[in-house]
Amino acid sequence: MSMLKIEGVHTFYGNIEALKGIDMEVNEGEIVTLIGANGAGKTTLLMTCCGSPQASKGRILFEGQDISRLPTHEICRLGIQQSPEGRRIFPRMSVYENLQMGASTQDPKYFEEDLEMVFDLFPRLKERINQRAGTMSGGEQQMLAIGRALMGRPRLLLLDEPSLGIAPLVVKQIFETIKKINREKKVTVFLVEQNAFHALKLAHRGYVMVNGNITLSGTGAELLANPEVRAAYLEGGH
Amino acid sequence: MSALITSSRISGAEIVKELAFFAVIALLMSVMILGVETVDRPTGLELAVRWDLVVTAIISTIIGRLALILRREHISRVGQALLITAAAVAVFEMFVRFRDMDDRWASPVFLDMAFGSATSVIVAVAFVTIVFAIAYFSMKKPGAEEEESGSRLSSKIQLAYRTNTKKIGALGIVFFIIFPFLFGENRSAIDLATLVMIYIMLGWGLNIVVGLAGLLDLGYVAFYAVGAYSYALLSQHFDLSFWLCLPLAGIFAASFGIVLGFPVLRLRGDYLAIVTLGFGEIIRVVLINWYDLTRGPDGISSIARPSFFGFAEFDRRLPEGVMGFNELFGLDYSTMHRLIFLYYLILVLALVTAFVTVRLRKLPIGRAWEALREDEIACRSLGINPTNTKLSAFAIGAMFGGFAGAFFATRQGFISPESFTFLESAVILAIVVLGGMGSQIGVVLAAIVMIGFPEMFRELAEYRMLIFGAGMVAIMLWRPRGLLSFRDPTILLNMSKKEKVAGEVK
Repeated sequence: MSMLKIEGVHTFYGNIEALKGIDMEVNEGEIVTLIGANGAGKTTLLMTCCGSPQASKGRILFEGQDISRLPTHEICRLGIQQSPEGRRIFPRMSVYENLQMGASTQDPKYFEEDLEMVFDLFPRLKERINQRAGTMSGGEQQMLAIGRALMGRPRLLLLDEPSLGIAPLVVKQIFETIKKINREKKVTVFLVEQNAFHALKLAHRGYVMVNGNITLSGTGAELLANPEVRAAYLEGGH
Repeated sequence: MSALITSSRISGAEIVKELAFFAVIALLMSVMILGVETVDRPTGLELAVRWDLVVTAIISTIIGRLALILRREHISRVGQALLITAAAVAVFEMFVRFRDMDDRWASPVFLDMAFGSATSVIVAVAFVTIVFAIAYFSMKKPGAEEEESGSRLSSKIQLAYRTNTKKIGALGIVFFIIFPFLFGENRSAIDLATLVMIYIMLGWGLNIVVGLAGLLDLGYVAFYAVGAYSYALLSQHFDLSFWLCLPLAGIFAASFGIVLGFPVLRLRGDYLAIVTLGFGEIIRVVLINWYDLTRGPDGISSIARPSFFGFAEFDRRLPEGVMGFNELFGLDYSTMHRLIFLYYLILVLALVTAFVTVRLRKLPIGRAWEALREDEIACRSLGINPTNTKLSAFAIGAMFGGFAGAFFATRQGFISPESFTFLESAVILAIVVLGGMGSQIGVVLAAIVMIGFPEMFRELAEYRMLIFGAGMVAIMLWRPRGLLSFRDPTILLNMSKKEKVAGEVK
């Protein structure tokens, strides 16, 4: 069953059409990745799913409900959480307070349990629990951003470039954790990435976006083997 | 001195060149700006040349520049401090001469002060000492590398403060509670303390909006005005008692907060500041022009004073059947009773504000305010409704402003729009910023500095503003984020506060 279904979505920034009719879907239990060059519209698509900016045409269905006209905070309450581009953690608040913020829409009775779960996935966060989030390294901040999103008990997790500005070794670690979240916690993942190789290896299915259009789709392995994808995103100048 | 100079990287000739260069600049500028003035003579306007000003300007420039060279080249800590002090005295001399003296041959003002009356000697000595101390401690020791005594001291103070915040707070509260017993007979001391306390309360109220929620509000005085006028009008027209009007004033102010908040929620930062500034002015202009309701610029006078919780009154002559406060407690009548009662009243109101703020910070709503200040987009994507969160901050901040306003009205007995100008908003905001955004004790310190000190040193007349300005500059130089500017987490796990702070402050 498709969990997130995007039908003919157009999004504009003023007069500029950033998304030119996108159709795609994310099925329950999948990891789906969207790859593309800078400025292709990947982040815009992810943010449109969250209602900021809103789609000017088309529908976005989450578990059958049209969410394209809902305000951001209501969409998030339906069970979609995101780790936004550039992480956007609360820099002056401690790690613990950041995680508390993530759980702010949830029943407090789940808090302890979810906190354990997040610390289990990212033991580093437990060591840093009282530290100010802004003083942590980029990788740790990314872990916190994902952990904070998980505190909101999502069924669909949107990740925007979790590898941005992070050491390769840590990227690998984070991607393994994403896999674990998907498999063990039964969270569906929609991953937007520039790091096409890692993302396609991880994902069940992938889409390729060029200038606001989806040009290719297929399973991760298919796309990895596709000569166009290889030329544009894997072998070309990184 | 020459030995010192040769030991450093810069040569004597270079120093002379640099000094000469700045002396010429000082000459050019001071001749234009200070040196020539027009004098009204019977024969018409004449130009007079004030060589004394030009000379002091050049001297202060040369001395100041020399001091800067000593600092820059790490030559002599005492020497540069002495020179800076001398330059400051010269600047002071120039300032006073320029403002107040027509006679270019008058003897140096500073010398007159230093050998004049007791007060002026104290001021002169204080001035010199402060400047010297600032100059001395702000320079690293010639040999010292990273470890700087000044910053080590300040981090020690910071550590001591952060690990003992609660104790310091409790000490402060105890001090303010026993204050009337220490100064009970001193009317001006109690008055001043009450005034400072009003500003502390306003600062704490605005701190919720600015410090916690990060919404820059330049029109906070509007809520103060709403509170004051609510009480004044309710008590005059409907004869309601203070104790009933106090919550009503808070509710009115809070609803104004919501009314203001609603249209401006999309705005951020500078834009929000401008709109709130406008709102503050609108309230004031309405108060001036709606004569039928507010009696405009005439203000509202003889506003009822509060009773002792409805049991007793503080007036000397009482109507039949009304108990006096002194009778209730079997004391002799004293006008101080009312003043001390008012002092305790504002103390309690302020403490309620502080208590509520501290509690709110630990609740989800307070944490949401702080998160909103950090990153609004992230908040939204975590499912927090930014509209409601901001409105609640506005409303709660405004409510405390309203309480303070009602108290202000009942204490003064007279209010007019003049008490609610933009300057008041600016002062309250300055208290919050100076204290360190979000810091409760910082607000107290800043209120004492901003309100208390200028009042205390009123005899020093215009010099106090000079010193006040210097103090402001000093604070902004060393503590640009306010006196107590750090945010402690509301909760710490598996770690005492001491360990946490010690790890952070190094």
